[in-house]
Amino acid sequence: MPLRVIARLDIKAPNLVKGIRFEGLRVLGKPAEFAERYFEQGADELYYQDIVASLYERSSILDLVRSAAEHIFVPLTVGGGIRTVDDIRAALRAGADKVCINTAAIRRPELIGEAAQIFGTQCVVVGVEAIRQPDGRWKAFTDNGREHTGLDAREWALRAVELGAGELLLSSVDREGTRKGFDLDFIAGIAGQVDVPVVAHGGAGSIEDVIKVARLGVDGVAIAAALHYKAFTIGELKAGLTAAGIEVRS
Amino acid sequence: MKSKITIIDYGAGNLHSAANAFLRLGAEVEMAETAESVDRAQCLVLPGVGAFGEGMAGLNRRGLVDPLRAYAAAGRPLLGICLGAQLLMEESEEFGRHEGLGIVPGQVRFIPREGVKIPHVGWCQIRPATEGAWDDTLLADTPPGTWTYFVHSYQCVPSDPQYLCAQAQYGAHAITAAVRRGATVGVQFHPEKSGAFGLSMLRTLLKIAFPQ
Repeated sequence: MPLRVIARLDIKAPNLVKGIRFEGLRVLGKPAEFAERYFEQGADELYYQDIVASLYERSSILDLVRSAAEHIFVPLTVGGGIRTVDDIRAALRAGADKVCINTAAIRRPELIGEAAQIFGTQCVVVGVEAIRQPDGRWKAFTDNGREHTGLDAREWALRAVELGAGELLLSSVDREGTRKGFDLDFIAGIAGQVDVPVVAHGGAGSIEDVIKVARLGVDGVAIAAALHYKAFTIGELKAGLTAAGIEVRS
Repeated sequence: MKSKITIIDYGAGNLHSAANAFLRLGAEVEMAETAESVDRAQCLVLPGVGAFGEGMAGLNRRGLVDPLRAYAAAGRPLLGICLGAQLLMEESEEFGRHEGLGIVPGQVRFIPREGVKIPHVGWCQIRPATEGAWDDTLLADTPPGTWTYFVHSYQCVPSDPQYLCAQAQYGAHAITAAVRRGATVGVQFHPEKSGAFGLSMLRTLLKIAFPQ
């Protein structure tokens, strides 16, 4: 399968925002304009992350997803604030193809299996937010890297797959928004060890960074800041990946 | 006259992405769940995600099985997408045996598991099953090798190669990407999620169903 290039949109409805390590959020503009641009550049998927978990607020990420689905004809994934089976249903009804669960899955791991049973494993992504510790291990966090869980990130990722996750989104909180490259050691510890797709996120700054993480055998890369700040276009990235011998959708 | 697409709503969800794609192409879209609207339709789309048995139960509850068979037998344009493509077949082995619409002869079977991940989720390149196999279908303008988006665990297995329209390579296996019989085509992938090429397939369908 080709490497999926996923454009990640961090949303504080109604705006697209971006921070560094999920902090110091700047408003970048209207999500629809960015989404359309990435679709036209050849994104294989769009990922909407609600960074304030405001699913049912008056101005909600679901409104944005609903209107995106009218213009964007590639798969859409929604994460942030998905806590229950009803939340998943609401996201799918709005036009999402998949949902990403993190905080709620850590609080109540059975949610993963329940969701997989009802909607199919193909639409249940479990997000693992990790921060590298001084001892060289990684701990799992929730709430955009704010809350400590005490769980070992790698162990939690493997367990999530056993519980029915159809895909893993591995986020390195300490690289997120820095554009300093992926945390390759963290990704390498999980990619290739699970039989579901693995998406790497956090730190993409250059085409070279993406090539390096792709060589670890991940199935997808989620990129936000580097695209928003135009370090490269998705077209340029795919050309670079192809030149490096990595298969992408053209 | 504006091209009008009739999308069958039989409770199998996810009609909106197909509807959105046709709206984007400037077509009019009608959601239909009665025999009368099937009879009246000029171009029918049978979308759907979920389990085969549930899908057929949804069609049966609405009395749509015979109208759909009659519609297809009259050679009128019908597109099945994903589960909608599988429902065109005679029978499925998903969770027991279930009778299908039987518009395309053949069965629905589990994808061979050896060496590949199931469900099959992701982008895969499609090719005509034999030279010219898709030339008069919605795939007519599609370059062989086009990437399309799949989400499935089962595939259509036509009883005769003449009904096999397109294939995709998944691991070591050639899996069915499309089946067809006359003006009925079933695509296993999601054209409405397959980017610009997917949209162009639906545009071709509009051209076939509504020649100017």
